[in-house]
Amino acid sequence: MNGGERAGDGQHRLEVRGLTHEFARADQAPLRVLEGLDFAVRPGEFTAIIGPSGSGKSTLFNLVAGLDRPTSGVIYVDGRAVTGHSEQVAYMPQKDLLFPWRTIEDNAALGLEVQGTAKKAARAAVRPLFPEFGLDGFERSYPAQLSGGMRQRAALLRTVAMQRSVLLLDEPFGALDSLTRTQMQLWLAQMWQRHSWTVLLVTHDIREAVFLADSVHVLTSRPGRLAARVVVDLPRPRTTQTFLQPEFARLEQQVLSALGTTSDVP
Amino acid sequence: MTTPVIAGRTGRRVWRTLWPPLLLAVALIAGWQLVGQFAIRDAQVLPTPWQVVSAGWQVRGDLWHNALPTLEETAAGFGLSFVLSWLIATAMDFSDAARRAVYPLLVASQTIPVVAIAPLFVVIFGFHLLPKVLLVALATFFPLTASLAEGFATADGDAMRLLRSMGASRWQSFAKVRVPGALPFFFTGLRVSITYAIGGAVFAEYAGAEDGLGIYMQQMQSVFRRDLVFATILVIALVSVLLFASTYLLERLVTPWRRFETRRGSAQDRT
Repeated sequence: MNGGERAGDGQHRLEVRGLTHEFARADQAPLRVLEGLDFAVRPGEFTAIIGPSGSGKSTLFNLVAGLDRPTSGVIYVDGRAVTGHSEQVAYMPQKDLLFPWRTIEDNAALGLEVQGTAKKAARAAVRPLFPEFGLDGFERSYPAQLSGGMRQRAALLRTVAMQRSVLLLDEPFGALDSLTRTQMQLWLAQMWQRHSWTVLLVTHDIREAVFLADSVHVLTSRPGRLAARVVVDLPRPRTTQTFLQPEFARLEQQVLSALGTTSDVP
Repeated sequence: MTTPVIAGRTGRRVWRTLWPPLLLAVALIAGWQLVGQFAIRDAQVLPTPWQVVSAGWQVRGDLWHNALPTLEETAAGFGLSFVLSWLIATAMDFSDAARRAVYPLLVASQTIPVVAIAPLFVVIFGFHLLPKVLLVALATFFPLTASLAEGFATADGDAMRLLRSMGASRWQSFAKVRVPGALPFFFTGLRVSITYAIGGAVFAEYAGAEDGLGIYMQQMQSVFRRDLVFATILVIALVSVLLFASTYLLERLVTPWRRFETRRGSAQDRT
């Protein structure tokens, strides 16, 4: 995993420099979805990206995951430029995308399997993670037998099991009901505290962004530019008490107004 | 743990599925018996169900000996068609050019009247197994190939992207996502085509064979044993129903996860 093009300041796990992306359109000027995006994520930092619909959040993720090539600009992970599909980033999409024909442990082991680990070894590698993800005893269950929250935890387990430098979480709790979502946020805050993953989270939910992240990047609507960077210095570990702090409300307000001044959506 | 409950539920469901067609079949057979016995009263025109069954039972040895080659042709032809359908559908999934080249020909192959081509096959390939196998394959491989190709194509775009982000090769994505996702579609195609299989074999025998249910039926026709013609048809129908039912069993074994999916859930997964 060493070698390749090295760059950046060496302190950041993920660096996005001058990122611009356009989609070609038939008979029209290309559609610019991201413009001059610049930010960096330190190892073990939890960063949230928030923005109105059409601010290019999903595009940003595809670029960081190496699924698309940017029109211009560079992305570095651990100092290496991302070209083509990235072996350094683990991606958790909006939908849980657990495959109905695989048991939970086989779903969790999929990333390792794809990378060439034998099926048995891959299963053995993911099994110890089950208790921590609240999935103990569900190793052999099929996704259809699990609740929404459990499915999201299984999807996160699959993401984490790949042991990559950066976790990309694309609205991971967007499809859950409000109560389950809050439980999942509390749980994720706890898990992050314990493992110090480097996380880039995309979300629509201001509360979620402020509660989980160390810093929140606010994007403008199309083309997505960085409108504001809100540093969240709420104490860790964050718990249900965090929601009640005046500072929490103030930060929420700050993100909201950063969004409000940029949004052209009524 | 919950096996007895599931088994009980399955039993009830099987019964719920079976009683309407059984009832209808009994009613139809009773009506046939009455018409044959009291209205037509001529076994040369319409033998009654009872005459059919008792005549068939008397020649059960002949029926059995003729059923074997027909089953052999069906199995070989269907096996060929199974292998071909996977090869062709896979090629079509990997290459758009292959898809565009092959699909029209597949459809065209379906418009060939078996009546016309069966004697031709016999002339070309002789009286033995081969022409029958080819005809069974011709009659069955289109539904298999088409359902499989459709099944591959329904793979979720986001799922393919997830696999790519994991670093999966095209082949890995195919084997791990597209193939298992296509299986429910494949079984639908399998059920359609398996009902053509025996019919295809019987028809192929019509065009020329040494033994088999098709040729037996033709012989009985020519000696005016209409009761035995019907008995042969009965055997063909029974075997077809058995084959059809066996696809459900096979589906359960191959796709064990599907019993946990609600109808709505699986419909959502497919969109």
